[in-house]
Amino acid sequence: MNLGRVAAITRKEFLQVRRDPRSLLIALFMPVMLLGLLGYGVRLDAKHVPVYVFDRDGSQDSQALLKRFQASEYFQLARVVDNYGEIVAAIDANRCKLGLVVPPDFARRLRDGGRVAVQAIVDATDDNTANLAIGYATAVVSGFSQDVQLDWMRRQGLPDRSAAPPLSIEFRTWYNEELESRNFIIPGVVALVMTLVGALLSSLTIAREWERGTMEQLVSTPVTAREIMVGKLIPYFLIGLVDAAFCVVIGIFWFQVPFRGTVATLFVATALFLVVVLGIGFMISVAIPNQLGASSIAILVTLLPTNMLSGFAFPIDQMPAPIRAVTYLVWGRYYVTILKAVFLKGSGLRALAGPLFALIVYAIVVGTLATRAFRKTLT
Amino acid sequence: MLARIFHMLVKEFLQLRRDRYARIRLIVPPLIQMVMFGYAATFEVHSVATVLLDRDNSQESRDLVSRFTASGRFEVIAIARDEIELATLVDHGQATIGVQIHPGFAQQLRKGVTAPVQLIVDGTNSNTALIALGYVNRIAAAFASEYANDSVARLAPARLRLIPNVELEERPWYNPGFESRWFFVPGVIGSLMLVITVNLTAFAVVREREVGTLEQVMVSPIRPIEFILGKTLPSFLVGLAVATLITLVGTLWFQVPFRGNPLVLFLGVSLFLGCTLSMGLLISTLCTTQQQAFALSFFVLMPGFTLSGFSFPIASMPTVMQWLTYLNPLRYLLVVLRGTFLKGVGLGVLWPQMLAMAAIAATVLSVSVFRFRKSLD
Repeated sequence: MNLGRVAAITRKEFLQVRRDPRSLLIALFMPVMLLGLLGYGVRLDAKHVPVYVFDRDGSQDSQALLKRFQASEYFQLARVVDNYGEIVAAIDANRCKLGLVVPPDFARRLRDGGRVAVQAIVDATDDNTANLAIGYATAVVSGFSQDVQLDWMRRQGLPDRSAAPPLSIEFRTWYNEELESRNFIIPGVVALVMTLVGALLSSLTIAREWERGTMEQLVSTPVTAREIMVGKLIPYFLIGLVDAAFCVVIGIFWFQVPFRGTVATLFVATALFLVVVLGIGFMISVAIPNQLGASSIAILVTLLPTNMLSGFAFPIDQMPAPIRAVTYLVWGRYYVTILKAVFLKGSGLRALAGPLFALIVYAIVVGTLATRAFRKTLT
Repeated sequence: MLARIFHMLVKEFLQLRRDRYARIRLIVPPLIQMVMFGYAATFEVHSVATVLLDRDNSQESRDLVSRFTASGRFEVIAIARDEIELATLVDHGQATIGVQIHPGFAQQLRKGVTAPVQLIVDGTNSNTALIALGYVNRIAAAFASEYANDSVARLAPARLRLIPNVELEERPWYNPGFESRWFFVPGVIGSLMLVITVNLTAFAVVREREVGTLEQVMVSPIRPIEFILGKTLPSFLVGLAVATLITLVGTLWFQVPFRGNPLVLFLGVSLFLGCTLSMGLLISTLCTTQQQAFALSFFVLMPGFTLSGFSFPIASMPTVMQWLTYLNPLRYLLVVLRGTFLKGVGLGVLWPQMLAMAAIAATVLSVSVFRFRKSLD
């Protein structure tokens, strides 16, 4: 390989990127847009869930229970209604997520003893929000129940074993102490940006030469196929690294995502991932001599799996077994694992040996295939 | 007029059939997205990988441990021997939560001192962690309440049935099994129609301009409005086909219920297509090459997809973003889709969404027709 010729190709490719507004848009504007959209727009936790209340008892006891809902940051008492139908209508029209119905004899049954059920009608259309809301509501009601029981034991003259509840769960949340969705999403966004920038830009490289008719010129020069590939991909490799650095900096300083690992680990993983993504984009470009077709296939082949099957948003360990098996083929899976571990856990090279090894294998395989794919012929 | 539009239609479908990449773009994404959103997209937490460390080994602690194993929500992957093992398993991501019962747990319970149970949660995936915490809370609450009952039973068995106990009786409506699939599959109709029809329309017009056949069309007796209809009708039909296909696969294969009126769904889908076709037309007036159209539509579709409530709840977004979602037709269609599939509601509830989509379609359509006429001059 002649380094001078590689440098010449690299220079030409850089010039072309600089003069192509669309490439610039993808390289510069897209990372910003993705970070903004996903950093701000993705919140899976539920706070201030709107609640409609139908208090059929209207006693002091029922009010005490409802006050606890009011005090919780997870709920927002939107309205008090006086019939069941209004709750149904509100849930149907998405005005509330949770409808609480306190039975008419709530206070009396508390006095008489035994079980009293408070009905919680939950709009489970969005199953995740519903699940969270039920968890919070259970916590509120069982807290209330415990206090009622302790109060009762005291009044009965039973040794209430002090006023303390028998059991307390001491949570210690590791890695993402505040359980912020953002800390979980932003590291994965780096992978999405790398995928889009890398695959989309490199998928245009060869197709562009064909479309503009400059392929003949390129073939007539002494430059070899491998030199063309390396020379053409170097600019995108550098752009990818700059974009990665940009995303990481914005993530840490703007979105305040903790970064506990080392830059070196991140750099190694990003470089390997870029080799894979660029190689795949390049192969697509060789296979499809049409920029539009190449870029749409590149998005389909790279973005969709990285978005869905990498653990970026949907947890892999909850997927059905056949799909979980497929995720091992998704190169994005390994990079997303590494990104999350480096950001939140501060894992080093040794702890990440497994996913790094997988990326190395991918880089070698894709690199080899890509060099074989491109031939300097005009047929 | 009808004959001319019909000929345009024939020509468009011929072109579509001969464009290999367009065919791939049309057929492959719906299939892949269907499978992925049917099987892979899930925020459900069926089983939480759990490691337990019981350092008390009393009857009480074993009772608590058995509640974790029996709940069906926790998959106990290991019983740790010491704290280090527990921490390592969580650190390596093999366990999502680690539960540690300290020595003296039973004693504290008997003495009436609050007995702490330590819980380590891997918060990397904040959503899974939150749901796991909810499950743990339910177990702890049940344990506490039964323990109180037991102590009353021992001290004053006669009064046991008098102890008050408030419970939450949960009634999850519309999706009682909390299946993510029910939430996602109807949404796929909207997200796919958005991507496919916007692109299809934009490309159909820009292609003529790029290839240089637009002049030929202009000298033919066809009127601009017929041209626009001829260009948008194929996309409209493709959009309807996508909606029908996914509705069939979703209900028959994925067993998502359809409880509403198909006509309401059809109205919603048609209004939405009105929006996306006008958007495609507008994009086509701003671009001269198909690649520009591709790039521009990408930058329009990406926010359209994220800020719609398709997978991330709008109510949790920052206020400014919530405002932006009101401009997004997909936001309204998703309400219609989930309303007709899961809730079975009709126009009485969904009319605001229909109205909003009609307004967006009318606005974008007039702007794009105006720009389109100008771009012909």
